[in-house]
Amino acid sequence: MEAHIRVNNLNVNYTSEHQALKGINVTIPKHQITVIIGPSGCGKTTLLKSLDRLLDLTDGVSISGEVLLDGVNIYAPDIDVTAVRKKAGLLPQRPFPLPMSIYDNVAYGMRIHNMRKGKDLDRAVQHYLELAGLWDEVKDRLHGPAVRLSVGQQQRLCLARGLAVEPEIILGDEPTSALDPLSAQHIEKRLLELKQDYTVVLVTHILRQAKRLADYVIFMYLGEVVECGPAHEVFENPRQERTRAYLQGLF
Amino acid sequence: MKKRLNRQTLEEAIFKGLAGGAFLIMAAALFFILVTVLVKGLPALNWQMLTQVPTAGYYVGKEGGILNAILGSLYLAAGGTLLALLLSLPIALYLEVYARGTRWANMVRLSMDVLWGIPSIVYGAFGFTLMLALGMRASLLGGIITLALVELPIMTRAMDEVIRLIPFELKEVSYALGSTRLETAMKVVFRQMLPGIVTAMLLAFGRGIGDAASVLFTAGYTDRVPTSLLRPVASLPLAVFFQLGTPYPEVQQRAYAAALILTLIIMFVSLGSRWIAGRLSQNVIK
Repeated sequence: MEAHIRVNNLNVNYTSEHQALKGINVTIPKHQITVIIGPSGCGKTTLLKSLDRLLDLTDGVSISGEVLLDGVNIYAPDIDVTAVRKKAGLLPQRPFPLPMSIYDNVAYGMRIHNMRKGKDLDRAVQHYLELAGLWDEVKDRLHGPAVRLSVGQQQRLCLARGLAVEPEIILGDEPTSALDPLSAQHIEKRLLELKQDYTVVLVTHILRQAKRLADYVIFMYLGEVVECGPAHEVFENPRQERTRAYLQGLF
Repeated sequence: MKKRLNRQTLEEAIFKGLAGGAFLIMAAALFFILVTVLVKGLPALNWQMLTQVPTAGYYVGKEGGILNAILGSLYLAAGGTLLALLLSLPIALYLEVYARGTRWANMVRLSMDVLWGIPSIVYGAFGFTLMLALGMRASLLGGIITLALVELPIMTRAMDEVIRLIPFELKEVSYALGSTRLETAMKVVFRQMLPGIVTAMLLAFGRGIGDAASVLFTAGYTDRVPTSLLRPVASLPLAVFFQLGTPYPEVQQRAYAAALILTLIIMFVSLGSRWIAGRLSQNVIK
């Protein structure tokens, strides 16, 4: 297993009293799907958002420790935050298209980073929409508003938009929780294909989804990592009592 | 169970009645204003009023029109609104994107609210003092600057309310793509708030074009059509005021006609901006 992201002794506080993450140490393998599971409020999303410094946007947050991306600490003072964020595509809980057309949504990232222009941009937009499995449904209305798409289509648009800035990592924060079963299946299928080329980190509270997708599992409880390891080991032979209880649906 | 249901239906009925009553009072006020302006103003309204400037004897009932005031008001309000937009849009974006949740932002909001409440005659006096210090005379430019100050707090706070409704996640997804704050502000937040900007401009324009006190000293009054930023201009509210103050009934009637023109301008601008806001909101994320 080749490590892609290494988290060393990460502590996160939202206010002085409440500690969201306590001394997290995990390793996230390259080109696999890592699933973070655990009960609500255990810090799953906090851990996910710490991986591309989206956590910095939260008011009153304080972060200590290291997150090493290919060996580079993204919390080091000389790090360009926008460059870090560009390395990861985010799929939020509810899809949020940008207030513009379908085409412009996908082109947005490539335009702000001056990656492509003109015909090249057109081809790239098509490529990423195909990669997200949305091209056939939108090719006739590329310049229509993105908000007119169904929620399931919007989430695939968000996937295409995230892939377009050529990230190495895809972060999903319960990306199927707002979707109907068929759209959810669509997204899951894409993620399974995309792990060939991308490292995928997924937060989910649906155990069945975790079992379908995970190569590697992180189980969190009350801001701590209780157990992590290859999916089959954690699901079949959990070492910790709390993991066993959670998997059996006891809390 | 039955009794509880009755109390609830009674409550519902009372509140429905109150809301309906409030609406009726408001609608009746609007209706009577329109009727008054129409009944008294329409007979005096003619093509000449819209296309000519006052002749020498206009204020004693002779020939002429109020083109000077119509154009003056449009120039003043449009100029003031554009100038206020140049200041309030960056302020509103700054408050949300850079200073979100800080004490500084709340102080700015508080000062805007205080400025909003200051009577426009005070703005007029302030503008006049400023102009005296700068050696300026009453002029279109002076009026535009003073009106911009009157409109600034309204526009900023209206935009601020719109901008604060923008979901955090929308900014988050933009940052997640590696955008800077400026790119997020200009390309995402700005587009999301476009219909709100139009509405804010409409509110400010409405206040600006209807304001008499702030332009009284700063823009002055003239019977000529405005041709220069540095010359005095007439305005419709002052045209109403001066004509209503004459002892001649036919001139007073023209005051109502001027008020009718002012009302129609505001109505057209409102309808137009609603149409524009509707067109702009097709991309907006709900």
